[in-house]
Amino acid sequence: MTDATSSGASPTTKHATSLLAADDRTRRRNAAEARFRGYGVAAIVVAIMALVGLVSSILYNGSSAFFQTFITLEVYLDPAKLDKKGTGDPEEIRKVTTFGYAPLIVASFEKLAEEDGIAVDGLTAKKAAALISKEGAADLRRYVRADVNRVGQTVEFKFLASGRIDGYYKGRVTMESAEIDNNISPEQLQLADQLKEAGLLKTSWNWGFLTMADASENRPEAAGLGVAILGSFYMMIIVLCLTLPIGVAASIYLEEFAPKNRFTDLVEVNISNLAAVPSIVFGILGLSIFINFAGLPQSAPIVGGLVLTLMTLPTIIIATRASLKAVPPSIRDAALGVGASRMQAVFHHVLPLAMPGILTGTIIGLAQALGETAPLMLIGMVAFVREYPSAPPEGFFEPAAALPVQVYNWTQRADPAFVERASGAIIVLLVFLLIMNAVAIILRRRFERRW
Amino acid sequence: MFDTQTHKDNAVESKATKIECRDCQVYYGDTHAIKDVNVDIEDKTVTAFIGPSGCGKSTFLRCLNRMNDTIDIARVMGSFKLDGEEIYDKRVDPVQLRAKVGMVFQKPNPFPKSIYDNVAYGPRIHGLARNKADLDEIVEKSLRRGAIWDEVKDRLDAPGTGLSGGQQQRLCIARAVATEPEVLLMDEPCSALDPIATAQVEELIDELRQRYSVVIVTHSMQQAARVSQKTAFFHLGNLVEFGETGQIFTNPEDPRTESYITGRIG
Ligand SMILES: Nc1ncnc2c1ncn2[C@@H]1O[C@H](COP(=O)(O)OP(=O)(O)OP(=O)(O)O)[C@@H](O)[C@H]1O
Ligand SMILES: [Mg+2]
Repeated sequence: MTDATSSGASPTTKHATSLLAADDRTRRRNAAEARFRGYGVAAIVVAIMALVGLVSSILYNGSSAFFQTFITLEVYLDPAKLDKKGTGDPEEIRKVTTFGYAPLIVASFEKLAEEDGIAVDGLTAKKAAALISKEGAADLRRYVRADVNRVGQTVEFKFLASGRIDGYYKGRVTMESAEIDNNISPEQLQLADQLKEAGLLKTSWNWGFLTMADASENRPEAAGLGVAILGSFYMMIIVLCLTLPIGVAASIYLEEFAPKNRFTDLVEVNISNLAAVPSIVFGILGLSIFINFAGLPQSAPIVGGLVLTLMTLPTIIIATRASLKAVPPSIRDAALGVGASRMQAVFHHVLPLAMPGILTGTIIGLAQALGETAPLMLIGMVAFVREYPSAPPEGFFEPAAALPVQVYNWTQRADPAFVERASGAIIVLLVFLLIMNAVAIILRRRFERRW
Repeated sequence: MFDTQTHKDNAVESKATKIECRDCQVYYGDTHAIKDVNVDIEDKTVTAFIGPSGCGKSTFLRCLNRMNDTIDIARVMGSFKLDGEEIYDKRVDPVQLRAKVGMVFQKPNPFPKSIYDNVAYGPRIHGLARNKADLDEIVEKSLRRGAIWDEVKDRLDAPGTGLSGGQQQRLCIARAVATEPEVLLMDEPCSALDPIATAQVEELIDELRQRYSVVIVTHSMQQAARVSQKTAFFHLGNLVEFGETGQIFTNPEDPRTESYITGRIG
């Protein structure tokens, strides 16, 4: 450098080129940077496309599950059928089986044909009544049993249409497919069209999808997520109540109090390993310990909750320890320096600062647990459960379903209407996950402080 | 050791020993950070620790209130007696000790809480205030002594971390004096302060000397000369020289001390 300047001649010296023109090195560096950015953008585009594809396919398949076809009929609650002895005894009326209500629906269709001319040639009233879901008679029975004084009245009742009729308006069933379908005939579809014209058949928002229990193979229209949502909710309560205190206490002890020795090292390694154990292993563990050994009931949220707790605990401990570690040691020094005990330092200063991280970790752990399927199948939560579990704490011990397992269950069934149900259930699951993540973000914002 | 004794005899007024340290050793794992240090910290005196970076000033200071307990790999040996009581005795609760021996750290470290809570925290956990008015008074007095009251009196609810670096350090000083310690350890308290705030802190140190014993680590020879009565010079973990500040700065006995204060090593 000194030589070059003293000789005064060399324009090729290191920094002698113009600032306005990039030199070779700079150009290569810039090119490398541009390439790297290109890769980054490409990766993000791929990720977003995958996400959009996934979400849109689920929405496309599943959003229709929230809408259902209903048929509104005038039903004469015939005392001759419901109160055969004519005693008017409520007990007697309550005893009438679902089977006993079917003729009432048939009668309604007969009346429709006679009075309003809504009928199709060659379609008997009995066949016409098949437009109504098999659940319809049961619904009607429930309605009457709720108030037996209704017997003798003519009421307007909103029935679920059968799965095939519902499918007809959602594009699953066509006249052609009905020709070869044992469960539906083109005549029935024509009748449905007539009902629709008369304003008796409508497709509307279906709360039942969220509140009703699961239904059997051949009545997809009546299948709902009520029991599954309740079961998942109960399990989340159990997981939250167990993992948060246990996880946070364990992390605080390990991070702030435990001596650093072989034993704590071993504990640490094992916690990290537990986080990587496949979830189905936890299911086997739960099956052998909680059900076979401890004798807890199968399919119960308590067992599911305990298994998911085992699964979530390592995640929460790792997240909590990371956020405790992130609190600058100077804060601990400051607290100890004014004479706080270690516990005071932790609870007054360190924990509040670590709180956003702990909460985020907990919610992410919960979200993971909410979507977990394999271990729950092992402990019997795949069972077909029609009964709602009662309120906690007893409800924790009664059979229930779980959202992700319900999704799996429905995809296993033959009727294509269940595909729609399964996708709808996935939407519900995703909405819950979104809500949980939103809560995590809000909590983090609220608790976040700078130091 | 003999030297120290002679200086002490030369002292204008001899004071009671507050902390007596004998044969102190500190190891960080295998690193021998403090070697055979013997120091007597006197009551109602400002003692300055000087020495090049990494020589162990902070390490030794942290021995005096057992802050080294928090470092896993640190091992402290030797005898440290506060008012004749061994502070590393098994029966001593470091929490009680630290209430008596307060500390201001090298890097300002206010709690991420309000200015008021920063100062009130110590008195609260030690139960020094009987009621809110008491506490308010302690807070105001401490902030005044930390030379920061005028700057923060209108925003006691603002976060302590929102202050400037120098203000934060004065807040930390106020926090340390709020618990009324008998010994105050200050690790380079003025390294982030402007000359005006430095002067205020030095004034505070001088005032504290009336009642407490103050130990201050500093890299500024002038500051050591201004505020301290006793000076200890550390070098590579050894206490090279300890004596009257005037003596050390005008007539050091060890060549290493002389080269350090004249700016040749360090
Ligand atoms: N936590 C620690 N772990 C390991 N070694 C440490 C630790 N703290 C200090 N040391 C070592 O101990 C020696 C003394 O450090 P110390 O912090 O006491 O120096 P110092 O005199 O305060 O320096 P400075 O003036 O830069 O603050 C250094 O060699 C340092 O590397
Ligand atoms: Mg230091």
